[in-house]
Amino acid sequence: MIGIIDYRTGNSQSISYALEHLGVPHALVAKPGECDEVDRYILPGVGAAGVTMESLAQEGWIDHLNEKILGDGQPFLGVCVGLQVLFEHSAEGDVECLGWIKGSVHEFDRSQVRVPHMGWNNVEVRGDHPFSRSFTPDGYYYFVNSYFARPTDDVSLVGVTTYGQEFAAAVAHKNIMATQFHTEKSARAGLQVLKAFCDLDVNDLKDLDAR
Amino acid sequence: MLANRLIACFDVKDGRVTKAQQFQDNIDVGDPAELADRLYHEDVDEIVIYDIMASAQKRQIDLAMIRRAAHRTFVPLTVGGGIRHLEDMHEVLRAGAEKISIDSMAVRNPQIITEGSVEFGRQCIVLSMQVKRVEKTATIPSGYEIAIDGARTYTGMDAVEWARRGQDLGAGEIVVNSIDRDGTGSGYDLDITQQITEAVSLPVIASGGAGLVSHVADAFRIGATGAITSSMLYSPRVEHTLTVGEMKAQLGELGERVRPVHSAD
Repeated sequence: MIGIIDYRTGNSQSISYALEHLGVPHALVAKPGECDEVDRYILPGVGAAGVTMESLAQEGWIDHLNEKILGDGQPFLGVCVGLQVLFEHSAEGDVECLGWIKGSVHEFDRSQVRVPHMGWNNVEVRGDHPFSRSFTPDGYYYFVNSYFARPTDDVSLVGVTTYGQEFAAAVAHKNIMATQFHTEKSARAGLQVLKAFCDLDVNDLKDLDAR
Repeated sequence: MLANRLIACFDVKDGRVTKAQQFQDNIDVGDPAELADRLYHEDVDEIVIYDIMASAQKRQIDLAMIRRAAHRTFVPLTVGGGIRHLEDMHEVLRAGAEKISIDSMAVRNPQIITEGSVEFGRQCIVLSMQVKRVEKTATIPSGYEIAIDGARTYTGMDAVEWARRGQDLGAGEIVVNSIDRDGTGSGYDLDITQQITEAVSLPVIASGGAGLVSHVADAFRIGATGAITSSMLYSPRVEHTLTVGEMKAQLGELGERVRPVHSAD
């Protein structure tokens, strides 16, 4: 069962509509441990990184996710701000984030490009993580972001997009996956990515661990 | 590279999509959820829904209608009308919207832009403005005045100045609705749209007046990153409406970069 983390400023409902359409069993979970059947999580996001981290901390999500995702290896998908908070630090509000993926989050340069980066942009697929196989080659996905993530090394990069400069459109590290674009609002191309996450075989992810 | 957006917009009144001309003479178009579904399947890039009576009737936006429209629409949805405070914004986002459009209420209480932007992020707050061409004066140097309440009330505010202020207050996108061009099919008001694209660093959306696909291309050429169309896609007043695919094919021929239409599945 997929658990959609339902915090104050997330757009959990949109993810829920998408999973319903895909026929994937899921539950909106407002507090850790609220639903025992959950064995993989989606962290949606529309808000600012600071507000998101604060909401997660308030409800006790951070310890719970560290245990389930880092400890037990449950699959995790972060979307939009849900990708940004996986990094060590975000310039948005100068906040410490989860630090599951090495790297940091920066602001687009307003003197170079219109900010926010808003609309459909193409994603160059990279890497051989099973998650990247669900991407449409050079497909268009819907982005809305003023900040972008840059991993310290390229190992976790599975998708790259250019807007003034290259940034992480999608990352995957073992059981942790995330997209900067809104999977739930990127029409069929996005639904396909969402479906792939839901269908991923946990054993395939474990094999990655051994490599 | 970022594609320019073709955005469908519809006004909802008493639960039905309605089409006006210069903000008047509304005629019935159909069911909002059905129209959203059709446009989604035609690969429209974004959908905007305004509950046009919510503000005047001083009631909350029709959330049930938003939920129905959002349910099977897997492209971004912007919702506007009758949004007064943060709680309304939470409700609209919970119903399935990605972005909130604020218009008259932002003029009455500009602080709502900042509150929304702090809570949900700048990208969530769309400042929609109704602009009317007037004589250039010292107080309205752009020659365009901001109106509110469905173009019934004039504010004496300069459109370009208001756009700049909206950006400073925390808006993430600006929609420029021309009152003069609305529903006329004579093309967007490129003058004010360009003045605003040059004045702000936010994405700017042209709205009001598109009657030909070339009008959409004109808007992209002067710096708008999105263009709102309604009549061309569904108005009963238009003899030959187009599908999104037909519009995008023509935009491609005109050299515009748009998200490709999905092949039939």
